[in-house]
Amino acid sequence: MSPQINLEEQFQAKIDAEIKIEPKDWMPDAYRKTLVRQISQHAHSEIVGMLPEGNWLTRAPSLKRKATLLAKVQDEAGHGLYLYSAVETLGVTRLQTIEDLISGKAKYSSIFNYPTLTWADMGAIGWLVDGAAIMNQVPLCRASYGPYARAMVRVCKEESFHQRQGYEIMMTLASGSAEQKEMAQDALNRWWWPAIMMFGPTDAESANTEQSVKWKIKRHTNDELRQKFIDATVPQAEYIGLTIPDKDLKWNEEKGMYDFGPIDWDEFWNVVKGNGPCNKQRLEARRNAHTEGAWVRDAASAYAEKRAKRAASKVA
Amino acid sequence: MNIALHTDIQQALCNYVLQLADTNLILGQRICEWCGHGPILEQDIALSNIGLDLLGQTRSLYQYAATLQGESKTEDDLAFLRSERQFKNLLLAEQPNGDFGYTVLRQFLYEAFQLLLLDRLKNSSDQQLAAIAEKSLIETTYHYKWSAEWVIRLGDGTDESKSRIQKSVNEIWTYTGEMFIPSVDEQTLTSAGIIPDVTNLKEEWLHKVTEVFAEATLDMPDNNGWMQRGGKTGVHTEHLGYMLAEMQYLQRQYPGQKW
Ligand SMILES: [Fe+2]
Ligand SMILES: [Fe+2]
Ligand SMILES: [Fe+2]
Repeated sequence: MSPQINLEEQFQAKIDAEIKIEPKDWMPDAYRKTLVRQISQHAHSEIVGMLPEGNWLTRAPSLKRKATLLAKVQDEAGHGLYLYSAVETLGVTRLQTIEDLISGKAKYSSIFNYPTLTWADMGAIGWLVDGAAIMNQVPLCRASYGPYARAMVRVCKEESFHQRQGYEIMMTLASGSAEQKEMAQDALNRWWWPAIMMFGPTDAESANTEQSVKWKIKRHTNDELRQKFIDATVPQAEYIGLTIPDKDLKWNEEKGMYDFGPIDWDEFWNVVKGNGPCNKQRLEARRNAHTEGAWVRDAASAYAEKRAKRAASKVA
Repeated sequence: MNIALHTDIQQALCNYVLQLADTNLILGQRICEWCGHGPILEQDIALSNIGLDLLGQTRSLYQYAATLQGESKTEDDLAFLRSERQFKNLLLAEQPNGDFGYTVLRQFLYEAFQLLLLDRLKNSSDQQLAAIAEKSLIETTYHYKWSAEWVIRLGDGTDESKSRIQKSVNEIWTYTGEMFIPSVDEQTLTSAGIIPDVTNLKEEWLHKVTEVFAEATLDMPDNNGWMQRGGKTGVHTEHLGYMLAEMQYLQRQYPGQKW
């Protein structure tokens, strides 16, 4: 038995025994690469995800809503930070990870390439997008890679706040004036299918699932999570009197779950490839923030250097 | 105290509390524009923190103004249903964000003033005002420290950062004088012993700013130059109208709804 095979077996044995892998532990290259890709995509989603909601900060309809939304978007920035730090433990700097985003090399969740057109979109995003994120992320709190799992525990706590706040916005609108209810229904109509697509391609077409499940950096398949999300969300929509925009949606008594209509995968792949309504704007916004902020970062490091030198010459 | 005088003071106090609230709100609104676009993730978060504090202070102040008015208005009525000419915020607060340096400088100049003002107001004979000031002062101390550190970092950073922030200093300076020119309401309240005379805060403020600018290797602008004024009496720069149009649009479009 070659030593390499031995290492791989030990590594898998640890994972099977639910022992966390830590940054200094040996890990297969492919595991490291997959994690870097997965965690950085997640980090970018948090950061790009600030933009569609940030779009409504200056127009929130009450001071309380404005403050809550600002706190929410700020939380997402915090999530991005934890996750960039988790990527750093795998040997890739934050700067490198961010450069991969703005060069267009790295991906982020396609959901954020849709525009936020009305205030109700703040409700729909919290309820559906944060809701779908929770479905995806709760199992990751038990991911095999320690720093990732620990970051997800903190993230998930806040995401469930966001989900409740979003649902509460929807509930308020749905029980408000006719115009407000219409606004809420319209937001649900626009965000439902993109939210369903957040779980990714069907299992049959999902390339990495099997290996990732074996490595325990994925615990359920895309289709399982999607189904779980639909089953949890449909009654919530009914409760506030909104209609899910899927004429094929029907409770299946036998299976004990909802049947739902066909997903427009053509749209999904188009948005992934960059043809969504806001892909260009989102990337441009991040690119601008990065390039226009360069002089600030340079100044901060120049100043830190000067200070260190002055301190050193004082000691000497 | 005779009743007519009492009503005058009550009215002046209400206007003054609105002035404080408006400035915080408008500055908070400007800070909201940064969210998601900051140069460094940690600083994006720090700015949002300041924005959240300002919004919190705004809400306490509007709630107090509403009780002083006694017309059963809400904080949102005061924020979303008053017009350009009714807003009393400092002109400084409504100036567009510019670059990150301009934003931190605007914050620094305002917080340096707030630090001095709130330190007096926390001992005001008006208990409600004193309580709000005391709570805000803790937040302001942090905002001041954060913004002063950034002014120093950018001033004493690179050639580019220094020339950028020096340019901002020279542009923004004309909007700082208004803080120290009392409105009629402020004069009334000062005479009644409820608030300090803002004229007297100028020297200490200048001292603080001079110190920080020295460490930042920035030149102090000519202090005898013309100072813009008008915010406190509702005569604003052209920027405010656009800000209010944006901020108030949902409340204006769908009057009387719950959100
Ligand atoms: Fe998040
Ligand atoms: Fe997330
Ligand atoms: Fe969230």
